[in-house]
Amino acid sequence: MTSHTQLYEIFIRSQRGLDHKHVGSLHADDAEQALQYARDVYTRRSEGVSIWAVKSSDIAASQESDCGSFYDPLDDKPYRHASHYDLPDEVKSL
Amino acid sequence: MDQAEEEKVFQERVDAEEKIEPKDWMPDKYRKTLIRQISQHAHSEVIGMQPEGNWLTRAPTLHRKAVLLAKVQDEGGHGLYLYSAAETMGVSREEMIDDLHEERAKYASIFNYPTLTWSDIGAIGWLVDSAAIVNQISLQRTSYGPYARAMVRICKEESFHQRQGYNIMMTLMRGSDEQKAMAQDSVDRFWWPVLMMFGPHDSDSVHSAQNMKWKIKRQSNDDLRQKFIDQTVEQANAIGITLPDPDLKWNEERGHYDFGEIDWEEFRRSMSGGGPCSRLRLAHHRQVHEEGEWVREAMRVYENKKRSNQEAA
Ligand SMILES: [Fe+2]
Ligand SMILES: [Fe+2]
Repeated sequence: MTSHTQLYEIFIRSQRGLDHKHVGSLHADDAEQALQYARDVYTRRSEGVSIWAVKSSDIAASQESDCGSFYDPLDDKPYRHASHYDLPDEVKSL
Repeated sequence: MDQAEEEKVFQERVDAEEKIEPKDWMPDKYRKTLIRQISQHAHSEVIGMQPEGNWLTRAPTLHRKAVLLAKVQDEGGHGLYLYSAAETMGVSREEMIDDLHEERAKYASIFNYPTLTWSDIGAIGWLVDSAAIVNQISLQRTSYGPYARAMVRICKEESFHQRQGYNIMMTLMRGSDEQKAMAQDSVDRFWWPVLMMFGPHDSDSVHSAQNMKWKIKRQSNDDLRQKFIDQTVEQANAIGITLPDPDLKWNEERGHYDFGEIDWEEFRRSMSGGGPCSRLRLAHHRQVHEEGEWVREAMRVYENKKRSNQEAA
């Protein structure tokens, strides 16, 4: 047997105002079919108001392990976090 | 990193309750075990559609038919979630289906029992789905990310399955003497096979220690079985069903129900392909797969045509 369909990653927006969230993947022949399948497979109980289907092969992914430097700035630039700055006690909100 | 170091990092991640994700390094045996387990789980969802599908055209009311149709459709969806989770480990859908057809892969033996009466549909929803849920709730915490996430999605859908089954049983138990007898007969036939769904006793389970260490499995077979029994007794009592086990009784000291010995010979027979309907289930799956070949063929042709049109444009 040979694989003839392409793998699509499915993202669903569960409600207006929220991000699309990855829910899983499925095989389909083209994007339109992927959307139809996604509707049947992932939204049988109105879990979504909008579906994205993205070809898995089109996703470029970084790897946690082999690119630590990708995320390093988070650690050596603490001034990027609000919690880095002390406020006088009298200031209740800023 | 060398193999030993990789393995150490992997185990540390598992110990810290972090999930393992598809591109992470993992021991070969971990990958193999999970591919086997997830694909078996997927096959079970899909093969499980057959005994219930058997009653779709004969459901007693239009409402029961619509409910059962929705339930069976859900199980097909569960199969798809799980096949996709297995695919993240580098095995293809085609290989998995091939393994099922060539009998290299197994599925839950419970689906090799026939559904002889309408109340079997009630017993399956109530008991089989409840047992599956106990297992699947535990697997929501399994160490492999895609499998754990599929379990979360599946558990959300399962609660309606057990309730519709229980509702069928409850309705029958409030009916005529024949209806009550029919419901009781279904439970008499399904009770022990359902207990076997949790697998062999911990003392006889070959892979458990390693699977617990890798957190593929989070609770032992016996613990899960006990949990299922404890919660089911009350549900049975509430509708007047007698669970067919004379040794079933509350043990104050343990805080659990004691129960009788399981006939593992029967379990081994059904697992080695000797279950009453195993040949039927596989033959049907093969047949439907073959009959769908023209659809896949048409899709291939369409796809090729579209591609050559795109190239020409
Ligand atoms: Fe299911
Ligand atoms: Fe179910």
